[in-house]
Amino acid sequence: MASPLPLHLAVALDGAGWHPAAWRLPDARPSELLTAGYWTDLVTEAERGLLDFVTIEDGLGLQSSYPDRLDGRTDQVRGRLDAVLTAARIAPLTSHIGLVPTATTTHTEPFHIAKALATLDYVSLGRAGWRVQVSGRPDEAAHFGRRHIPQLKIEDFTDPAVLAFVNELFDEAADFAEVVRRLWDSWEDDAEIRDVATGRFIDIAKLHHIDFEGPRFSVRGPSITPRPPQGQPLVTSLAHSTIPYRLGARAADVVYITPADADIARATVAEIRELQAEAGRAEQTVHVFADLVVFLGDTDAAAAAGRARLEELAGAAYASDAPIFTGTPQSLADQLLAWQDAGLTGYRLRPATLPGDLHAITRGLVPELQRRGAFRTAYPGGTLRSLLGLPRPANRYATV
Amino acid sequence: MTKPRRQIHLGAHFPGVNNTTVWSDPQAGSQIDFASFTHLARTAERAKFDFFFLAEGLRLREQRGRIHDLDVVGRPDTFTVLAALAGVTTRLGLAGTINSTFNEPYEVARQFASLDHLSAGRAGWNVVTSWDAFTGENFRRGGFLAAEDRYRRAEQFLRTAGKLFDAWRGDEIVADKDSGTFLADAGAGAFTHRDDQFDITGQFNVPRSPQGRPVILQAGDSDAGREFAAATADAIFTQHNTLEAGRAFVGDVKGRLARYGRSHDELLVLPSATFALGDTDAEAQEKALLVRRQQVSGQTALRFVEHVWNRDLSDHDPDGPLPEGDPVVGENTIARGRASVRQIRDPLATARKWRELAEAKKLSLREVVIAVTGRQTFIGTAATIADQIDDLVQQRAADGFILVPHVTPGGLDEFADQVVPLLQERGSFRADYETETLRDHLGLPPVRSRP
Ligand SMILES: Cc1cc2nc3c(=O)[nH]c(=O)nc-3n(C[C@H](O)[C@H](O)[C@H](O)COP(=O)(O)O)c2cc1C
Repeated sequence: MASPLPLHLAVALDGAGWHPAAWRLPDARPSELLTAGYWTDLVTEAERGLLDFVTIEDGLGLQSSYPDRLDGRTDQVRGRLDAVLTAARIAPLTSHIGLVPTATTTHTEPFHIAKALATLDYVSLGRAGWRVQVSGRPDEAAHFGRRHIPQLKIEDFTDPAVLAFVNELFDEAADFAEVVRRLWDSWEDDAEIRDVATGRFIDIAKLHHIDFEGPRFSVRGPSITPRPPQGQPLVTSLAHSTIPYRLGARAADVVYITPADADIARATVAEIRELQAEAGRAEQTVHVFADLVVFLGDTDAAAAAGRARLEELAGAAYASDAPIFTGTPQSLADQLLAWQDAGLTGYRLRPATLPGDLHAITRGLVPELQRRGAFRTAYPGGTLRSLLGLPRPANRYATV
Repeated sequence: MTKPRRQIHLGAHFPGVNNTTVWSDPQAGSQIDFASFTHLARTAERAKFDFFFLAEGLRLREQRGRIHDLDVVGRPDTFTVLAALAGVTTRLGLAGTINSTFNEPYEVARQFASLDHLSAGRAGWNVVTSWDAFTGENFRRGGFLAAEDRYRRAEQFLRTAGKLFDAWRGDEIVADKDSGTFLADAGAGAFTHRDDQFDITGQFNVPRSPQGRPVILQAGDSDAGREFAAATADAIFTQHNTLEAGRAFVGDVKGRLARYGRSHDELLVLPSATFALGDTDAEAQEKALLVRRQQVSGQTALRFVEHVWNRDLSDHDPDGPLPEGDPVVGENTIARGRASVRQIRDPLATARKWRELAEAKKLSLREVVIAVTGRQTFIGTAATIADQIDDLVQQRAADGFILVPHVTPGGLDEFADQVVPLLQERGSFRADYETETLRDHLGLPPVRSRP
């Protein structure tokens, strides 16, 4: 048997884990979710497992079990820290793993987000990324009071009003990402000259206005922050249908998809490749990762029992936008390698429980993949982009 | 029994993008690499400083219609670099400048509350009000604020943020694994605020932080700025750093406190200060002069004179006389994105004063600028400087200083090693941290929530 292609593996961190009752398990630390120590422990564990990167979930409103409004629940984790700042807090305490916080494009300023992520890249020495997210919740819009967002059944794409609204949110996100990328390039790498003879600190021919004009914002630039170590920090986005696939194809380096099976994964990868070509990016590497929620155990029965216990605590069967895996790290390794044929280059695993399923990934799944020659046995050193086989991009404004 | 000595508070200002930061010095390091921030923060913490301080400007400065290239250019995002510094320090306060015009309260409140959690209670916020349309070109809503509305928005911004900081009382998260109750109250974080700047409602999503809210600094000098500070700030960052100017300033701003039901110890006055340290006073004087000449090159001097004359003087010789004729009065258009230019309130008078000085002392244009701008606040041996600092604080001309070294990142090292121990020997400065939060380091009274 030919040895499999190496996989890329990311872990999605959120609260006490992705299952809403995960915070009630004995090893959960629900009263420490707002401390630096909690997040440091999780990310250093992920780094011990040699993972490519962690993502950190975030949002501009309280967590909710509904996609479009608050749920008023008191039995689940509510309240969180800003993800970019959490990533920055951990950056100096880690040295290899990528840090990919979520930041919302709907009510925020591209100028602020661009320099925040550039700074995350500086403080992590080239390990920063961004999970682009839109906000369609009216309650989040009311936190800003600048824009009306209608109360729609956001998942009902048969409603033309929903479709138009979602299109608008994602078009804005694409413009936002374009502004962020231009701002990252608004300083050429060698703009800083420190020329004592002429007294000039910078060569102003190498700083660029970006002059973006769009329906939602116009931004002049340049950034106040020099081009970050990676040139372009990693841009990632989660997508469940064509509109967000297009955003990923236009703007992202990594797209997370949620296929129910390998065939759907194959079709989705093909669709993203087409959209990528349409966006003029056919030559560029765009990774497509599948998102999976994982309930892991030493045996299939233990994994199933763990999941059943959580469902009993929650009083409901677990459902997710992403496919759900329940089983051993060995059988998860089987599935990840089998799905690779669909054109996936990696996975973003959502641990159902923290730290339990994270440990099962780093101490169970990773050694299993290593045994099969499908995962690195050491970090090669370098930036997050290089870990993912992405080049350091040329600056769009450089003339030579 | 002797009266206890007044305690000095010290901040460490990361060298900024003014000409006072000497990038041509062989010791000068990066203005953007995290190692530089770590170096200064660790030096400050080793010396038991109250806090690290970061300025901010949201558009690169321009002069004569081009990006200004003579000074250091390039800064990090304030919140992000402070959060990272929280990971390499344990007690040092982390204060940053955040503008109230080009931000929204919900977002800023969640960032400060997060920083306060991630630093276990060490966050500080220098609220500034720069409002120009030039800066606004980088933002969604552009330059929408008239100059006279800047403090109105700042005040409402701060009041709104205050409501968000107070939206969680601090006891809502019970996280009881047995009963399955995470939140004691489904309405945790609820807020509503409406005024002529903000109309917002909902649930804040960052639970109450260790300090309740960040320590508030204010750095405006106008009457409106001082009033704003008296009403809302915990500390003022000012340029009045001499005995007389300091005492007058302290008298003025502390005199405004009673109107807001506040006492004198609820607002600290922290002037910015620079220093030149030598083994003898004479050597320090020499060093000071040398640094001043590095800070004010001929080209830099010309730009300064342009700030006052408000016109292009690029054909002038910096080693020749000041320009003929009066400044162009009205809106300053020659230099953009600079708060200091707004502090030249009467350019005609400033020009007259400069000319008198030039004539009296036979000074060239460059020499005038060297004479009138930013001479080091403290010059001398460590003992001399410790005396000066301590006297100013004991005589109530200040509650402490925010020190601005002229070299990144090592410019505070010798101050930390030589001056601080002398202040500690005198009993005027802490020998070690005795408190955990920035608010407690500064000796401020506990936060009064929900006013
Ligand atoms: C010591 C000092 C430091 C300041 N630092 C900043 C800064 O970092 N960023 C900024 O935008 N404005 C800064 N300012 C400007 C003021 O905060 C204020 O917004 C501006 O001076 C206008 O207010 P005023 O008219 O009351 O002085 C500073 C002012 C002073 C006196």
